[in-house]
Amino acid sequence: MSESTPGEKFMIGEYELVCGLEVHVELATATKLFSASANRFGDEPNVHIDPVTLGLPGALPVLNRRAVELAMRIGLALNCSVQPCTFHRKNYFYPDMPKAYQISQYDQPLNVDGWLELPGGKRIGVERAHLEEDTGKSTHVGGSGGRIHGSDHSLIDFNRAGVPLVEIVGRPDITSPEEARQYVTELRQILVAIGASDAKMEEGSMRCDANVSVRKPGDPLGTRCEIKNVNSVRSLGRAIEYEARRQIALIESGERVRQETRHWDETDGRTHTLRTKEDADDYRYFLEPDLVPLAPDEAWIEEVRASLPSLPRERRARLSSATGAPADGEAIMVVVERGQDDYVLAVGDHGADAARALVHVKEAFAEQGSEPRVPVADLARLITLETSGKLTATQAKTVLAEIVGAGGGDAEAIAAAKGFEAMDTSELEAMVDQAIASNADAWAKYCAGEEKAMGALVGAIMKTSKGKADGKAVTALLQSKRGS
Amino acid sequence: MSVETTAFRIADDVRAGRARAVDVLDAHLANVTAREGDVHAFNTVTADEARRMAEAVDAAVAAGRDPGPLAGVPIALKDNMCTRGIPTTCSSRILEGWKPPYDATVVTRLAAAGAVFVGKTNLDEFAMGSSTENSAFGPTFNPHDVTRVSGGSSGGSAAAVAARFAAASLGSDTGGSIRQPAALCGVVGVKPTYGTVSRYGLVAFASSLDQIGPFTHDVRDAALLLETISGHDPLDSTSIPQPPLQLLGEIDRGVAGLRIGRITDLPGGSEPEVEQRLAEAFEALAAAGATIVDVELPSLKYGLTAYYLIAPAEASSNLARYDGVRYGSRVEAADTNAMYMATRAAGFGDEVKRRIMLGTYALSAGYYDAYYGKALKVRRLISDDFARAYERAEVILTPTSPIVAFPVGSKVDDPLSMYLCDVFTIPTNLAGHPAMSVPFGTGAHGLPVGVQVLAPTLGEPVMFRVAAELERGVR
Repeated sequence: MSESTPGEKFMIGEYELVCGLEVHVELATATKLFSASANRFGDEPNVHIDPVTLGLPGALPVLNRRAVELAMRIGLALNCSVQPCTFHRKNYFYPDMPKAYQISQYDQPLNVDGWLELPGGKRIGVERAHLEEDTGKSTHVGGSGGRIHGSDHSLIDFNRAGVPLVEIVGRPDITSPEEARQYVTELRQILVAIGASDAKMEEGSMRCDANVSVRKPGDPLGTRCEIKNVNSVRSLGRAIEYEARRQIALIESGERVRQETRHWDETDGRTHTLRTKEDADDYRYFLEPDLVPLAPDEAWIEEVRASLPSLPRERRARLSSATGAPADGEAIMVVVERGQDDYVLAVGDHGADAARALVHVKEAFAEQGSEPRVPVADLARLITLETSGKLTATQAKTVLAEIVGAGGGDAEAIAAAKGFEAMDTSELEAMVDQAIASNADAWAKYCAGEEKAMGALVGAIMKTSKGKADGKAVTALLQSKRGS
Repeated sequence: MSVETTAFRIADDVRAGRARAVDVLDAHLANVTAREGDVHAFNTVTADEARRMAEAVDAAVAAGRDPGPLAGVPIALKDNMCTRGIPTTCSSRILEGWKPPYDATVVTRLAAAGAVFVGKTNLDEFAMGSSTENSAFGPTFNPHDVTRVSGGSSGGSAAAVAARFAAASLGSDTGGSIRQPAALCGVVGVKPTYGTVSRYGLVAFASSLDQIGPFTHDVRDAALLLETISGHDPLDSTSIPQPPLQLLGEIDRGVAGLRIGRITDLPGGSEPEVEQRLAEAFEALAAAGATIVDVELPSLKYGLTAYYLIAPAEASSNLARYDGVRYGSRVEAADTNAMYMATRAAGFGDEVKRRIMLGTYALSAGYYDAYYGKALKVRRLISDDFARAYERAEVILTPTSPIVAFPVGSKVDDPLSMYLCDVFTIPTNLAGHPAMSVPFGTGAHGLPVGVQVLAPTLGEPVMFRVAAELERGVR
């Protein structure tokens, strides 16, 4: 079976999975990598073009300094060394590639030898993170499957041509679909946190190819296949697992895995041959003579390093130590991903219980973004009322919903307006006794072990207390009266 | 007004109000009318555009404004430099009908200096050739003998100046394409240091070798043109970040005390008259106070081989964009790949196809190290040899071309003998150095001979001192 629990090695039968990811991200620059046209998604086709973007005769590329900075941010955030580098031409024909070559980096990339740490602590190696330009976008009209072959005609939008990309080449350190999902999720959070990219897989500003192979433990690496067209984190896990099982089935039936590029089809949940190694292009890489070598000096590298914000891993650790919650637990993962960790810490700094703040923010602030409208003081006051016993957890939730809806508010005033006031235990006990007396049937069933019957009792108490009773306290009282 | 004058004097007279730009233009256009049918220097004559520019210059002078250092100077542009709204063909069918939406930087700078553009000149297709016979629109003939070639690839620009269709012109030089036609047509031609003149808007042949430079009647004009078009351009990443060259002040400094290098192991095969003129050039410089020193350049003989790997390799990549998708001519076919192939088969001439194939092969997996990689090593060796030679001499003198202008058609079926025309000019491009050809007497059949002055990187000032002395010393 493929289900893995933490700490247990992922295996499919006797086989282990070996996977490395290549992730392309579009950089969040104002202009393109080699020209002054806007780098913007979603506009009319062919409005962000110029002689360089269209590869017109005589046009020359000029490197965008901001793109280099963002690429360096990525490298440094992934613990890479930033080094002197060069640009090469990767030559191939395709209608949306206006120069018939892509300017990329080849044997001397900008960033090398880093790693990304998964939330659980495992490090996945990063071989390199290099700069290159994006292609235009082709739309093939007619025919089947949106492919160029068999289509009636093709439309090309060059708005995307020349948009700066960083390709992050991971080492084959990933050993399960879940690790692949975690890697991409963590990478996405890092890219967003450092402002390098909006990293949206659905819009194509983050694209992920997976190199997958299988082997029996201790054997040399198996033949790998590259999986393309994976458009979501969920698909990534599915595609990797499908591909691993396909390769195992081949091996088990005595066939060999062919090295090839395969296309993930979301609709049938399978990978299909795109091209084999034999018909792979010879890209005839050579040094791009229109550009000069790029050698960021120490001062520039240190300036970029100093400007990096805290990364998600550090932020989760900080939130964990402030709240006592586990760093890779759901609440912290969610709150840090939303960028609401500083808010939770601020509520804590305001004297409120940070652990309660974490829970409330995770539950009630899903729509609030990284800068919630609710003033820190308002949430802090609510939590203080709750932890001092003046509001029950249920009441606190109700008041918070109101505060969130209004973008702020005085918890005490809202609680008072709703008639919420803390009940002392004797008052609550009287209500419980009264409910037992007037719902004898339900009480009998509950005592006979029918847990569902408790609902009628709790409902009656809530009705009597006009919702002021704390559900947890009521349950506890009923349980103690039953004797269990 | 007479056209037997220089760009320097035209600009001087126009700026001073002694001559009108439109009259200067008319005199040159009259020459075009009289002889262009025999010479075929132009792919496009832009008479109307030229008239508008000349009138604007005259209006500026009349209004008391200075039109600039090239006021009213009629200039021809090689047809591989982009001119907004004016066809730019590279003498290739594949670019027929294309009108660039932008001007090359050199075009912008010349226009800002008051120049008047008379037309776009013929060239070997995509600047690949040494005779302008590889033009899709037919050869350019030598104004000194129209049965002979003008040289190439900038044959049209050389002939336009020699025939006085223009007072000056621009060409591009990848392996000798300015200097060799300048020698064959009896005019001055300069290949500046790589990076001194912006390549923005120059349709690329071999990007690491291409450089724009002027054709003029004399050395002073060449200095004037080069001062105008040189200097840093932020649109060309390989442009050297420095101000324009200052050269006019060098012209009259003489050569006393300079050491002039004579290459002892120079590849042979030059015509005897060419060798004789070179010897006389050394004598003239020695008589003017220079010292002649021997230098060795053992790797020079490999230059031609290295060049014919590096230049085609870059060209195979630069010319891949001509696919019929976005501009230029297209041959329709059943699918995209078939359309590419039909378009390129019909659009490119034989020499261009030959070099695309050579270059693609040289860069291919499994062959890169043996060909392209080795050529890059030779390129480094040549630079090292030059560096050692320039420790002993300020400049080096060679013939520009081993032969004078040859009859049209005599070499078209023998590419290797055509390639040998550039044996003396190619090493300069590989090293990125400046070099210029100065007319120095005549050779066989009374045809012009050029002497080439070579200098190290940014050695233009001393190169122009020597060139001016040769001009004074010519018999």
